[in-house]
Amino acid sequence: MKTDIIKLQERAGQYKDAAAKTTKRIILCAGTGCVANGSLKIRDRLLEILEKSSVKACLELTADNCDGTVHISKSGCQGFCQRGPLVRIEPDGILYTNVKPEDAEEIVSETITGGKVIERLLYKDPVNGKIYRGDDEMPFYARQKRLVLKNCTIDPECINEYIYKDGYKAAAKACLEMTPQQICAEIEKSGLRGRGGGGFPTGLKWKLTLASENAKKYIICNGDEGDPGAFMDRSVMEGNPHSLIEGMMIAARAVAADEGYVYVRAEYPLAVERMRRAVKDAENAGFLGENLFGSSFNFKIVVMEGAGAFVCGEETALIASIEGKRGMPMPKPPFPAQKGLWGKPTVINNVETLATIPVIIREGAENYRKTGTEKSPGTKTFALTGHVANTGLIEVPFGTTLREIVNNIGGGVTDEKGNVTDEYFKSVQIGGPSGGCLTPEMLDMPLDFDSLKSVGAMVGSGGLVVMNNKTCMVSVARFFMQFTQNESCGKCVPCREGTKQMLAMLDDIMEGRADENTLILLEKTAKAVRIGSLCGLGKTAPNPVLSTLKYFREEYEAHVFKKRCPTGQCKALAIPEILADKCKGCMACAKKCPVGAISGAKKEAHKIDPDKCIKCGVCKTICRFDAVTGI
Amino acid sequence: MKGETDMKINNTVKINGIDVEIGDEKNLLELIRKAGIEIPTFCYHSELSVYGACRLCIVEVDGKGIMASCSTAPEPGMVIHTDTKEIREFRKINVELLLANHDRECPTCPKSSHCALQDLGRRLGVEKVRFKENPKSVEIDMSSPSLTRDPNKCVLCGDCVRVCKEVQGIGAIDFANRGSKSCVAPAFNDNLANVECVNCGQCAAVCPTGAIIPRQDAEKVWDAIYDKDKIVVAQIAPAVRVALGEYFGIEPGANVAGKLVKAMKIMGFDLVFDTSFTADMTIFEEATEFIDRFKKADKLPLITSCCPAWVKFAEIYFPELLHNISTCKSPQQMFGSVAKKVLPAQTGIKRENIVVVSVMPCTAKKFEATLPKFKTDGIPDVDHVITTVEIGRMINSMGIKFNDLEPEAFDMPMGFATGGGVIFGATGGVMEAALRYAVEKVEGKKLKNVDFKAVRGMEKIKEAEIDVAGTKINVAVVNGLVAAREVATQIAQGKSKYHFVEVMACPGGCIAGGGQPGMADLKVRQMRAQGLYQSDKNMQLQKSQDNYLVEECYKENFEGCPGSHAAHHALHTHYKNRSQIFDAKVPVIRGTEKNSVPIIVTICANREDCPGHNLLARVVKYVKDNGWENKVNIDAAFSSRQGPDAPICVTVGDEVLDSCVFRNPMNTEEEIRNRCEFESVRKAMDACLKT
Amino acid sequence: MLNSKQGFLFNSVLRHRERRTSMDQTISKTARMIKHLEAVNRILKKNNFDKARLIPILQAVQEEYKFLSKDIISYVATSLGIPPARVYGVATFYAHFTLEPKGKYLIRLCDGTACHVKASIPILEALRKRLGVTQENPTTGDMLFTVETVSCLGACGLAPVLVINDEVHGQVTPEHALELLEKIIEKEKNAVADELTKEVAQ
Repeated sequence: MKTDIIKLQERAGQYKDAAAKTTKRIILCAGTGCVANGSLKIRDRLLEILEKSSVKACLELTADNCDGTVHISKSGCQGFCQRGPLVRIEPDGILYTNVKPEDAEEIVSETITGGKVIERLLYKDPVNGKIYRGDDEMPFYARQKRLVLKNCTIDPECINEYIYKDGYKAAAKACLEMTPQQICAEIEKSGLRGRGGGGFPTGLKWKLTLASENAKKYIICNGDEGDPGAFMDRSVMEGNPHSLIEGMMIAARAVAADEGYVYVRAEYPLAVERMRRAVKDAENAGFLGENLFGSSFNFKIVVMEGAGAFVCGEETALIASIEGKRGMPMPKPPFPAQKGLWGKPTVINNVETLATIPVIIREGAENYRKTGTEKSPGTKTFALTGHVANTGLIEVPFGTTLREIVNNIGGGVTDEKGNVTDEYFKSVQIGGPSGGCLTPEMLDMPLDFDSLKSVGAMVGSGGLVVMNNKTCMVSVARFFMQFTQNESCGKCVPCREGTKQMLAMLDDIMEGRADENTLILLEKTAKAVRIGSLCGLGKTAPNPVLSTLKYFREEYEAHVFKKRCPTGQCKALAIPEILADKCKGCMACAKKCPVGAISGAKKEAHKIDPDKCIKCGVCKTICRFDAVTGI
Repeated sequence: MKGETDMKINNTVKINGIDVEIGDEKNLLELIRKAGIEIPTFCYHSELSVYGACRLCIVEVDGKGIMASCSTAPEPGMVIHTDTKEIREFRKINVELLLANHDRECPTCPKSSHCALQDLGRRLGVEKVRFKENPKSVEIDMSSPSLTRDPNKCVLCGDCVRVCKEVQGIGAIDFANRGSKSCVAPAFNDNLANVECVNCGQCAAVCPTGAIIPRQDAEKVWDAIYDKDKIVVAQIAPAVRVALGEYFGIEPGANVAGKLVKAMKIMGFDLVFDTSFTADMTIFEEATEFIDRFKKADKLPLITSCCPAWVKFAEIYFPELLHNISTCKSPQQMFGSVAKKVLPAQTGIKRENIVVVSVMPCTAKKFEATLPKFKTDGIPDVDHVITTVEIGRMINSMGIKFNDLEPEAFDMPMGFATGGGVIFGATGGVMEAALRYAVEKVEGKKLKNVDFKAVRGMEKIKEAEIDVAGTKINVAVVNGLVAAREVATQIAQGKSKYHFVEVMACPGGCIAGGGQPGMADLKVRQMRAQGLYQSDKNMQLQKSQDNYLVEECYKENFEGCPGSHAAHHALHTHYKNRSQIFDAKVPVIRGTEKNSVPIIVTICANREDCPGHNLLARVVKYVKDNGWENKVNIDAAFSSRQGPDAPICVTVGDEVLDSCVFRNPMNTEEEIRNRCEFESVRKAMDACLKT
Repeated sequence: MLNSKQGFLFNSVLRHRERRTSMDQTISKTARMIKHLEAVNRILKKNNFDKARLIPILQAVQEEYKFLSKDIISYVATSLGIPPARVYGVATFYAHFTLEPKGKYLIRLCDGTACHVKASIPILEALRKRLGVTQENPTTGDMLFTVETVSCLGACGLAPVLVINDEVHGQVTPEHALELLEKIIEKEKNAVADELTKEVAQ
């Protein structure tokens, strides 16, 4: 037993020694986003340059190859996607942003060899102009509390680094020092609630599964993060896959399971690759397989890829998918804790939930409760996107206000040109297609499971989309409804037929065909779908509609009764007009109009014939005087 | 609270304010129905797995919210409301949503007034469909002679899918696509006739709407009746008489044969006979066959052949057992054969002008009647098959008040039957009738006790050991194709102890066939079977061998005894290996002519040296040499079935040559043998293609 | 001039040769089809013919053949002992499986929330217009390009996102997208020209 703990210490020591021998470390963010922006090309360039120079590069830290070298490693998503590719230099604590392959030469000569900072590559706050050397002070990072995402800079393919950063300690503790009952109790005490959207108390779920009598039980990690606009789980799987393996090990120990599955969306090929590699590394190191840490506990993990169905994020549909069937949900009860995969008791947890488990076991439930709120302890990762200056991946304690997130971390709302301006804030959509809208009145509301539920929204998986006041809320509702409609499995009548009809009604509203009955029927149908659907997808599908109807009813009514879209986004309702006082009569628009709908003499205010106009918008684009409105 | 504790101790729940005791109900839905509330559902079926898709059965449970009653187990103390304002609103919207997507031509739908969607709409008082109509306009599949599929009327309840998979173990239809594009279809959305459907019609039996119904053939029968040149001769199957009454509000199991005969005479049928007559005849042939095989210990167990769905099932999944199946035709087909042979002389009407119509509880019989092997000189022995429901509709269409009819007797001689023939309609009936014959024949003395109760009952597999003159005969009676597959697998593996096996594809036997009225649950099936056994008791004769009119028929037409040459010619048949249906087919030659002859050669896909390649190449060459490329569709069928010496299957037109053991030529002797095997294929091709 | 006996022999040799060639042709055709199925057999074996692994099996098969054809699906179904209707149902349920062959360059445009909000639709329209494809017929006639939308690739920080085969492009505009397209079209044209020049040279 002790020998296995000693093995952990040995590996940590090995890593520490090897790392100490290097002179510098360059960490390149290799999450999907930065890779798309060329971070791997930067790496190749750096290697080329170092090859020619006197300084040697080391890609994989082992005992004998890293003396005096520069350690170059890839990390998972570091979260500041807008400013990628991100390059960190340690131990200098430098964070370079928006790096290009052409900058590699300068980085080597100036920073690596010369020890100097390249100012133009540092982050400059767009509002106050301040320049930040590292991430410890810049608002985007400084105002977060990174627990799950804390180790986002480690090399996900180096198990020893994970161990060095206290990895697998919690699993060892769970295997050797705690009984299953004790583990469940600790997690229950911590108050951890499922991070996949449901918010169900994790400890309770584990307790119920432990209580189910069966020799065979399963743990499933739900990595089918299908919410459009959410990429938190992806980042954990790509950046810190061992934290998941450790979490699953502890979960398995807690409920007496011996087999686990990680179900990853097929749209995340990098995450699949990293998870598979991590499982293999863990097996080779003896952390998966039989007699783990010398105990009688066995556990093995299989990584499975999804095949493109959002509904498979629902637990029973996910189970059906693993069983080789169509991903259609089953009625609950019975719950997976009693009858799950292959009819056996199964725990299904979200990626973030599982990644939190080692933290709780290591540092204790009480410690964990110090962050967050009473009913929602801990932190939550959010994918902050949309019309906000700093888009990316953040983690904040529950109870943080919306204002803090949007303005201080996010850097403020932007207009369509990307300029920050306060007056443009209209709404934040939270919770993806199952969620609702938050309005300016809620900017100071502390975010947690219950407060959000009380206003008709939900935490969901954590997608936060900021919308400026050029966004049509009806169009937002329609966007989500189309998504849900597309992803509906088709099994139950309310979801399959109801969402289709709701989508048709929203189209009617957006295209000027609606009347007062449409709004009434829309609400009635929404309620029916919500109470009658078989699974969470259907039950929450009407949320965006109900939420926008509640807080932005005037917009709907404008579409229905005045046949106008207040933001001008809905093309079908656009009434293009030329403002007489702005028009200079230059005739540029009339010449460009593809259907000859604009008439007017030179130097005289022009007019658009609404019957001929096809609303293509060319006139608006071409006009130098901003005289065209309504498109 | 005291009230609550009382309930907990008393094991009751409250439903709409009334206390109800929990019995052995698996879910709230059954409990609520027991309490007298007919809670609506499309997708719940007590003998299928819980699906939970239609959402009509939702109820509100205090403290737990809205739950589907079909999937929630009852717990003592639950307070249940089946009809709150919210739920009522919801059910209405649910039905409107379904109607918005449904082909609403109710008056022209054969299921009209028996359709669950129509009923529910009426019950809930749906007066307007507030939603935009969104009809599907999918083509109706009329390819199968047994079943018509109309996806425009499908509510996606999944009952047909589950019955085909769980009760019949086939899965010929399943859900395809996703979301609002979901549909129920055979693989690749192919025609039902082209896939492994065995025509049992259980899907139609459970379908709540008109999405899958037996093919409607009544019009053809009316045409024959009105045709002055033709006489229409009917046969009525045993299982029809104990279920037809339900169509007219009479309880299940009542024997309404007499009324039916009368009604049919009024409608214009010239002669109305009883299939039980040829059922008796089948016993003559089959029991003789059994005794013969048993004495020689050859090709045992003998498996019955009267169920065409079972026969097709065996042809597809167990071609190696085809020589176990009795070569006797089914009673329906024996009737057609005998009637068209015997009646011309008796009535003075030419054979071509005799139209045989059978009234069956079964959809597979429609398929059976169309088989080319059951045609004589190009004319089918049985011209038309209609179901119990179809004859009910025909009676109604003429306005005949069925319940008031005075019964009339069947015509003679082919209307005379013993109890043995009548019990064919229940599972175990064929076996019992055969045993009554065989035991008496072997023991050589009159059988006093004709009851073989061990083979009766609704269990899926029944076994019995019968002592006959000191020897023990092991018999088995199977109903439902999942059970059939189990037993057939045992037999194929040589692990079976049985000598004689009866198989019926429908659960409970023919009484639960796809053409019977209503949705027969276990209780109804038991009542219908009971009706048959009661009739058996009430008849003068119980043993098939005592049917002297059958004996006379033999004397006059079949050289006096069962198994004779003439009997064999008219009353026996052969089977076809249909296992190629699953092979992955890749086209090699595509003919341009309309009725191109299909030629399919199986090639084993996991051995490199499969001689099928060689055989196929020879076939192609022969076709090309004769210039027949435009007249044939040649496919290579890649099979994943193992076995280096497995015979290669070659289909030429309608014939399947399944013993072409065609080895790669290794020496001249083999080469000669190859040429001989190819000979049989060549002969078959010549027969189809040489003009 | 051959005498009649020699002529007869000669003709029979010719006939034999003809027979052999035409039979060889068919045999080589069926042998190719067997080879075609070799990969499927390999995948099935690797997965132990486990029915529960139907989805990974179909994924691997599609990876190999680029799409799932009717005969492949039937073959997998019977090899696993699953009714073909069920395998068809699984293949048509998941968006990842395609029963139609796709173009050489698969262009996927993300239409997730973030991308949508950052105007992904104009990019889609521009691409579709340039290639002459629609939602119902997303593949060009020359089988070079297929244009489809995906809901959320998880690269929301870079919205709007476009993926061409495996290359991810972020913060794309309609102009940029068309540029990428033109580059590929140019490359393909040059490749064809190169092939032709090679052939002519030979």
